[in-house]
Amino acid sequence: MGLDKPYLDVPGTIVFDADQSRLGYHLNQFCMSLMDAANRDRFRSDEAAYLAEWDMTDEQRRAVLDRDMNRMIELGGNIYFLAKIGATDGRSFQQMAGSMTGMSEDEYRAMMVEGGRPIDGNRHLAEWDDDGTS
Amino acid sequence: MARLTASVYTSHVPAIGVAVDTGRTDEPYWRPLFDGYETSKAWIREHTPDVIVLVYNDHATSFSLDLIPTFAIGTAAHYPVADEGWGPRPVPDVAGHPELSAHIAQSVIMDDFDLTIVNRLAVDHGLTVPLTLMFGQPDQWPCAVIPVAVNVVQYPAPSGRRCFRLGQAIRRAIDSYDDPIDIQIWGTGGMSHQLQGPRAGLINSEFDHAFIDRLVADPARLADMPHIDYVREAGSEAIELVMWLIARGAMSDVVHADRAPTVRHRFYHVPASNTAVGHLVLEEPT
Repeated sequence: MGLDKPYLDVPGTIVFDADQSRLGYHLNQFCMSLMDAANRDRFRSDEAAYLAEWDMTDEQRRAVLDRDMNRMIELGGNIYFLAKIGATDGRSFQQMAGSMTGMSEDEYRAMMVEGGRPIDGNRHLAEWDDDGTS
Repeated sequence: MARLTASVYTSHVPAIGVAVDTGRTDEPYWRPLFDGYETSKAWIREHTPDVIVLVYNDHATSFSLDLIPTFAIGTAAHYPVADEGWGPRPVPDVAGHPELSAHIAQSVIMDDFDLTIVNRLAVDHGLTVPLTLMFGQPDQWPCAVIPVAVNVVQYPAPSGRRCFRLGQAIRRAIDSYDDPIDIQIWGTGGMSHQLQGPRAGLINSEFDHAFIDRLVADPARLADMPHIDYVREAGSEAIELVMWLIARGAMSDVVHADRAPTVRHRFYHVPASNTAVGHLVLEEPT
């Protein structure tokens, strides 16, 4: 009998558990390296070359180059680590979070000001359409 | 004898720190939030402790995936403010209290909690934003701080029950410290928020209000709430709220039912960036 993982039934959400952490170890450690200003400069000057120094999968490197936040998270990234990429790019947490929702930056900000995404209809996978939207 | 005087609870949203650091607190977006802390700022001016045991989580700042302690206690004399990638916040470095830290570590470890001891720790917004909210922008923080870092980044965080019991163990440690100093314990993080995936932006104010109600009146049962309830009902990052249970576990009424705390202030506001902000001050009975 395996571990109980009820969080797999939460829509639009990937919980950063030990499985995800294992997948994303090198991706997240690459992100940590961007805490250092000299590394940020090196990354900015040649992103692909900098990424090649890390033992990441090609899919992970592609997701970073594309700044595809949802894909990075699927591939083991964690938002607090990925935020270092956002910092390097001069983007806020709100811009990063909003970019994962399919909404524009203004739409997302307006939703938050209006009280955020409601819980009703957002608890279980079955409440979302097959295309991954509520 | 040392005396625990109060517990303070607050969200620690990084954007709050940015708003203060860049002088934007009077903007219409931010003013209601900062107004909500005025009562507490006045209160703490009159009740500044000697030491704050500040429960927070590191956000991939000092702890990478190389080392993930579930519970860690800072035992240093000095904690620099971290550069989280945007440059360090322009706030004072944090002074520790190594003697009390060592005392708590020894007491709590002998009390069956396996704390990781940290002598070198740069502190991030999780620790400095609560200080800013309560103390504003002083040249130096008015008291010493002992960081207690909890892993809430890689699932699973410690259970609510475990956190509640850790708070009780910290209280026993404080009660056995001989110096006559005043100590507060702060629990930070939360409230409802989700920073990732298509469900990002989730806020559940009903959950948040109920959480505060139960934290005040029935914390032992609140501590039994399973992780899935935090994640499903309040967002993947709402699991930070287990840290509030550590602070609550240190209050007298957990052991002595007739010693209920006084609610000095309670505040709730949506949003700060992606997050619901909750705040509570509980004072010990004299």
